[in-house]
Amino acid sequence: MFGRFDFDVIARSLPYLFYDGMTFTLTLTALATMGGIALGTLLAMMRLSRSVPLSVLAATYVNLMRAVPLVLMIFWFYFLMPYIGQWVVGAAQPVRVGAFASSVVTFMLFEAAYFSEIMRAGIQSIPRGQVAAALALGMNYPTAMAYIVLPQAFRNMIPVLLTQTIILFQDTSLVYVLSITDFLGAASKVAQRDGRLVEMYLFAALVYFIVSLAASQGVRVIERRTAIVR
Amino acid sequence: MITISEVSKWYGTFQALKRCSTEVAKGEVVVVCGPSGSGKSTLIKCVDGLEPFEQGRIIVDGVSVGDPRTRLPRLRARIGMVFQHFELFPHLTVIRNLTLAQIKVLGRAKEEAIAKGMRLLDRVDLGDHAHKYPGELSGGQQQRVAIARALAMDPIAMLFDEPTSALDPEMINEVLDVMVALAKDGMTMMVVTHEMGFARQVAHRVLFMDKGEIVEDAPTAAFFDRPHSERARAFLSKILQH
Repeated sequence: MFGRFDFDVIARSLPYLFYDGMTFTLTLTALATMGGIALGTLLAMMRLSRSVPLSVLAATYVNLMRAVPLVLMIFWFYFLMPYIGQWVVGAAQPVRVGAFASSVVTFMLFEAAYFSEIMRAGIQSIPRGQVAAALALGMNYPTAMAYIVLPQAFRNMIPVLLTQTIILFQDTSLVYVLSITDFLGAASKVAQRDGRLVEMYLFAALVYFIVSLAASQGVRVIERRTAIVR
Repeated sequence: MITISEVSKWYGTFQALKRCSTEVAKGEVVVVCGPSGSGKSTLIKCVDGLEPFEQGRIIVDGVSVGDPRTRLPRLRARIGMVFQHFELFPHLTVIRNLTLAQIKVLGRAKEEAIAKGMRLLDRVDLGDHAHKYPGELSGGQQQRVAIARALAMDPIAMLFDEPTSALDPEMINEVLDVMVALAKDGMTMMVVTHEMGFARQVAHRVLFMDKGEIVEDAPTAAFFDRPHSERARAFLSKILQH
């Protein structure tokens, strides 16, 4: 039954798929992960702080982000960012924001909500005595956080953070709606140009599957290595 | 050195400390004992500013702990604290545990901090374990590291919160030996403990607490020979039975 399929189209488009498509996908995943974890950690600390306004602000942000579909967020940001930019800068025209910049910002802000919940659990998993010991040595709260609590929280949470990153890697394919050439976008463009939808989408699925599976196997190995002996 | 006057503390409606007053002079070793839940740990945590208190005053080396203007980190850096559950930092090696606060809080150079840390590790007989992680050490060894970590800050006084309560019996003495040596060197110490042998050997005074009150505050010999309150007598007869 495969006789009527042309799998050669895959070989012909490999450079385009990986050099253009996969590079974009991985760059977006990496930037969104780093930004998401940084912002997420900040949100987690705000949420756990004794200041009620900070805590409410962080909780509202997280709940809001988690209540909106990601595709909708991608659309919204893409169409709104030029106007927000205009308002911030005070320009006469909507600011030009590229699809790339817009999607990076969207994913960072969106993923920060998820990463913040992970980091919150991580921070809460550190015994209170650790903070007391750090304070008793004369450290102030930020120092205790930076050198004692966060490194341990981060280490405890590495497997979960990486698993979330794998989900993010798959979710980046949603930038397809902005006609961006990520890996799926590239596959889709070739598929439609050459009329080889089945072949290309099959191949795309296979690549996502292999990358995700390999990554989650990697997470297991890391999980065993990073466990802190108590 | 440490003056505690009329200190009261509440957890919600529960009064954890009731008008506690006492003094610890420079070079003095004071043992705090009493049944569990009597407020001993709470009292020494108040001295280090780790627990707030609502009434009274605690003065450490001329600095008022409860004063909101007091820079607590600065004060705490000068007081050593040893916890029941050691609270070593599990993600750092033993030597990093000893040097981190020296570098980040006291601003010492790294080499100086390491040299100081190694001297103290040798003093508690753990020089060979400097590059291990706390999880690789026994409880007794971890507590000795914790004592060394506190000493690395050159404290003017040391507070011990039940330092041997979480240890297996065969490890208690190695920790007590370190504390006895410290007491004999003239360190000012406030020790919450049930180790009455330690109290007899090095304490100048014993405080007996019950239900948040300091019931008895007497020189060591007088406390053991002629406790004047009924509660202290009952406590001693229970703890010294064997």
